Amino acid sequence: MNKIQLVLTVNGRDHEVWVQPSQTLLDVLHDELGLADVRYGCGEGLCGTCTVLLDGEPVNGCLTLAVQAVGRPVTTMRGLPGPDDALHPLQECFLRRGASQCGFCTPGMVLTALDLVQRHREQGRGRPSREEIRYALVGNLCRCTGYTKILDAIEEYADQAARQ
Amino acid sequence: MTTADQQLTGSRSGYRVVGSSPAHHDFVDKVKGSLHYAADWQLPGMLYSRVVRSPLPSARITGLDAAAARALPGVAAVLTAADVPHNQTVERASGGLAELEVAMPVLAQDRVRYFGEAVAVVAAATQQLADQAAELVSVDYEELPGVFDVESARADGAPRVHEVGNTLVNWQIRCGDAAAAMAAADVVVEGEYRTQHVEHAYLEPEAGVGWLENGVLTLRVSTQVIEHAATIAQILRLPQSKVRVIAAYMGGGFGGKEDMTVEPFLALLVWRTRRPVRMIWDRQESLAASTKRHPFIMRYRTGASLDGTITAQQVEILGDAGAYPNLSPRVLFAGAACACGPYQAPNASITSAAVFTNNTPASAFRGFGAMQVVYGYEGQMDRLAERLGLSRIQVRERNFLAKGDLLPTGERLDTCVEIGQTMHRALGMLGEPPRPTGPGKLVGRGLGCNRHPYGRTIWFRDRASAWLSLQADGTLLIRSGVTDLGAGQAASLCQIAAEVLGARLDDISVYIGDSALNPPAGGTFATRQLYMSGNAVLHAARELRDRMAPVAADLLGVASGELEFADGLVRPASAGAPGVSTAVSLTLAELAAACDQRSISTAHLSTWRAAAGAFDPRAGQGDTFPDYTYGTHAADVEVDTETGQVTVLRYAACHDVGRAINPMRVQGQIQGGAMQGLGYALTEDMALTDGHPQAALFADYLIPNAQDYPDVLVDVVESGEGKGPLGARGIGEPPIGNVAATIASAIADAIGARPDRLPMTPERVLWLIDARRTPGQQSAQEGGLR
Repeated sequence: MNKIQLVLTVNGRDHEVWVQPSQTLLDVLHDELGLADVRYGCGEGLCGTCTVLLDGEPVNGCLTLAVQAVGRPVTTMRGLPGPDDALHPLQECFLRRGASQCGFCTPGMVLTALDLVQRHREQGRGRPSREEIRYALVGNLCRCTGYTKILDAIEEYADQAARQ
Repeated sequence: MTTADQQLTGSRSGYRVVGSSPAHHDFVDKVKGSLHYAADWQLPGMLYSRVVRSPLPSARITGLDAAAARALPGVAAVLTAADVPHNQTVERASGGLAELEVAMPVLAQDRVRYFGEAVAVVAAATQQLADQAAELVSVDYEELPGVFDVESARADGAPRVHEVGNTLVNWQIRCGDAAAAMAAADVVVEGEYRTQHVEHAYLEPEAGVGWLENGVLTLRVSTQVIEHAATIAQILRLPQSKVRVIAAYMGGGFGGKEDMTVEPFLALLVWRTRRPVRMIWDRQESLAASTKRHPFIMRYRTGASLDGTITAQQVEILGDAGAYPNLSPRVLFAGAACACGPYQAPNASITSAAVFTNNTPASAFRGFGAMQVVYGYEGQMDRLAERLGLSRIQVRERNFLAKGDLLPTGERLDTCVEIGQTMHRALGMLGEPPRPTGPGKLVGRGLGCNRHPYGRTIWFRDRASAWLSLQADGTLLIRSGVTDLGAGQAASLCQIAAEVLGARLDDISVYIGDSALNPPAGGTFATRQLYMSGNAVLHAARELRDRMAPVAADLLGVASGELEFADGLVRPASAGAPGVSTAVSLTLAELAAACDQRSISTAHLSTWRAAAGAFDPRAGQGDTFPDYTYGTHAADVEVDTETGQVTVLRYAACHDVGRAINPMRVQGQIQGGAMQGLGYALTEDMALTDGHPQAALFADYLIPNAQDYPDVLVDVVESGEGKGPLGARGIGEPPIGNVAATIASAIADAIGARPDRLPMTPERVLWLIDARRTPGQQSAQEGGLR
């Protein structure tokens, strides 16, 4: 199949990539750009391990074609820390609360939660409740933690964000 | 925020590092997204691969044509059974004790025995080409009669899955005279309990990359067991020194990465093509072809006196092994050994058979046979309570085991049994009984107790090694063959070494999971790594400290026994006391230099061995497991009597963990285990119809999401009497065991009838409600624990 050249803007930088029109954003980010924080989990848009922010909104990389991302900024979890590689405050909360076990779901959880907290702030709705966080996370599965510590971490971050 | 936050503060035990919950470097990498899992490596010239699998559960292979696949440009290899030097993996899960010897081929030659069995394997320049080539491999099958349930498989004239017979193993455990005691019992309660096929559903599918380096076949894979290197060497007829397995940090395993998954296929392709090869099973392939949890049929008869004291247990267990042995003999053994739970059984007769069918092979899954039986023995306890008009608490307290008591195997329990304390604490966390939320709703409270082994079956004479090196600058290296499932297996070793040697956690690096460079630790399964490798590191650290202590004592002018290793320093133990000068101390770097000057090695390799023993399968008596973890879960549920829907309102779990090395990770294990158990109890079913899996997609197999269940409240007992390091007990598997029994107990409390079949779907609960729908059973609405 013929490859086409695209420019993808990922974590603030432009990348020229040659891709097949049928290639998913997940495959291009993971295999072509070496972004190991975007992960294949099911290929069906159900588990959320390939979550990235596209135009600032969480999408499943496995259900998005790479060509759909042209001209739209893509953020993966590795794009969150500042230039000094410091942890994002939400990542700090995950670490402090023990919200990662195997860690495979963590990037998707963090990006989905970040979007939720930001949307609530922008819409003047204050901090999302624990139940609202649960609802936002239904597309991000975790098989290790039982979710409690993930919810604790996100609530702690939401509290911090609300105070700022 | 939640009560799960309780008890994360420092230890009450007098330890500095053990008992606290520091985050380890692998967790920093995980929250950054910078950890490289098995699928994340790329090597120059790497090929991509795909397995060709059988679309039939029972068939003869009458022809295989790979010419079209091989002719496809970009295809590097298409391998079939004829290309496998030694096409057999014989695990002999019980070491040959009492089981049939049946080999499993790497690639099926003339016969397939389950849907998804591997027939050929392909490598190509791109994943797309590999997928395309796999589709071009043409296999002719002649369908054969199959057998798809254990009872049919045991019947006369049943189609044979393997020539030698369909019963892989039939264990018995006997003590006293169960038949006579049953006949003499005041009451006898009977129950039949059925459990289902379950999928591990780790979020990271089976994956790995293999390559050749200095003539050594090297695989970096997602595996719980690097010791499979020996089996891979056998398959390729290579010396064991020419195969190296590196375990990446896993994206979950839960037992599903205890048997080999991608390893033999990668090994064959790398060896044949001499190029790096990557293999990732897609989710559909993982669902169809990976091993499953054994469905059990359990028939219990329990005899008791009028005061509730159990006098006899008769238990018959049948487990569906699927098409090949894998670890089934040992799974069914664990089921038999734990069939009577944390209760007295002075007269017992237990049989437990693993039966071949043409279903997906079943093997290890968190709980390993010892978890299925909880649904059976706790069902019996609730039934006994109901029959005798006793509370469910009373009947349990009447029968709880205690230290010094005998198990049905004739073994004497030599550590404390705090099961009663866990029961009261778990129930205590639930608080006041809830009220129904509306008409047609019933609430109920349930509980489930368990006794779960940690450590390998004793007759394997388990051992684990660890190698510590104090570096010249005072930092510490730990090398261990342990593999890390995400539970903090490596991190716990660092805490233990830091406690003994006083190195700062930030100054410790741990190298794990490499069959060539690490001393063997024996695989991460059976809740054994804290017990085994934790003890190995504890003893290695103590021995190293004891070797270096005289040097420090000499320099500091105090006796060796008066030294304290802490905060990166060695000092007189009195130095930490208020008002005592801390000037007199050595840094670990100074100590390392002093040892070097005196030609005293600061590196130390130590092997820790578990107790040895033997089991006599004919007598049904002997040694089984090193020790047990005891715990109780409790739950409040609401049942919608119109729909049969069960809503879990509150969930609490308490286990005696002996000593919490890292309390936050202990909580995480309990919460995660309970959540997996809730899926098992209520929704998860990897059903097969005539050997064909009904869930083809992740969309069809429902694991719990963040909205399905409430937070799991956790409390722990720290009895300090486990056989792990510093008195710890294992906690990896135990907390999944109690859940289904706890939910069944709560449903029974709500509706007055107990579901005996998993999962407890709305349909099944509704059937029970309809069968029992009579006026005047409203006492269940009180929600109190009867």
